[in-house]
Amino acid sequence: MSIDSVFVHKMWDDHELSKMVKGGVPFPMLSDAGGRVGRVFGVYDEDAGVETRGRFIIDPDGVIQGYEVLTPPVGRNVNESIRQVQAFQLIRETKGAEATPSGWRPGKMTLQPGPDLVGNVWKVWKTDMAFD
Amino acid sequence: MAKEVKVGCARPTGGPVGEKVPEKAQGEEKQQKEVSTMIQVGRKAPDFTAPGYRQGKFISVQLSDYLGKWVLLCFYPGDFTFV
Repeated sequence: MSIDSVFVHKMWDDHELSKMVKGGVPFPMLSDAGGRVGRVFGVYDEDAGVETRGRFIIDPDGVIQGYEVLTPPVGRNVNESIRQVQAFQLIRETKGAEATPSGWRPGKMTLQPGPDLVGNVWKVWKTDMAFD
Repeated sequence: MAKEVKVGCARPTGGPVGEKVPEKAQGEEKQQKEVSTMIQVGRKAPDFTAPGYRQGKFISVQLSDYLGKWVLLCFYPGDFTFV
């Protein structure tokens, strides 16, 4: 979503993005004239009149589980967004019985928070597990 | 005369020139502040509708139509902003 019109979105997709992604962008490119939606989400820059690089993870109940906002020159890490969605999906499936420690990605160990784990995380989780 | 400007990742923008636009009434500012504090993890995302473009078609999208699915909502400064 940006403040550009849907016509500009079409031009961008036709003339540039479709040369990077076969068939063009598969998801909706949304237009937010005047930044009315961006303002509500806290990502509209009133001085510049544009939206910053905000990214919101919204779960199936419509609840915001996480967000990230960057200034314009730095691009996002899509892998990290996907990793976070996978983590939130696992938490949802296990109804909160499991938690994903720092550096978790699918296949890595999870933690089961409870009285026995208090003060004992060091026995099962090592700091090098925070890194790939 | 038009001046050449360097382009960056933020899309160049304009604005009113000359006399300053009168400040908004205090009440309005207050209301805006309240709106901007609505976003918090663990809380419902504000619903919205927006015109969109997808695969050759102009569409209208409402966030609440996606209930039951995971949504990644991304904002960006503008089309053609490089990164």
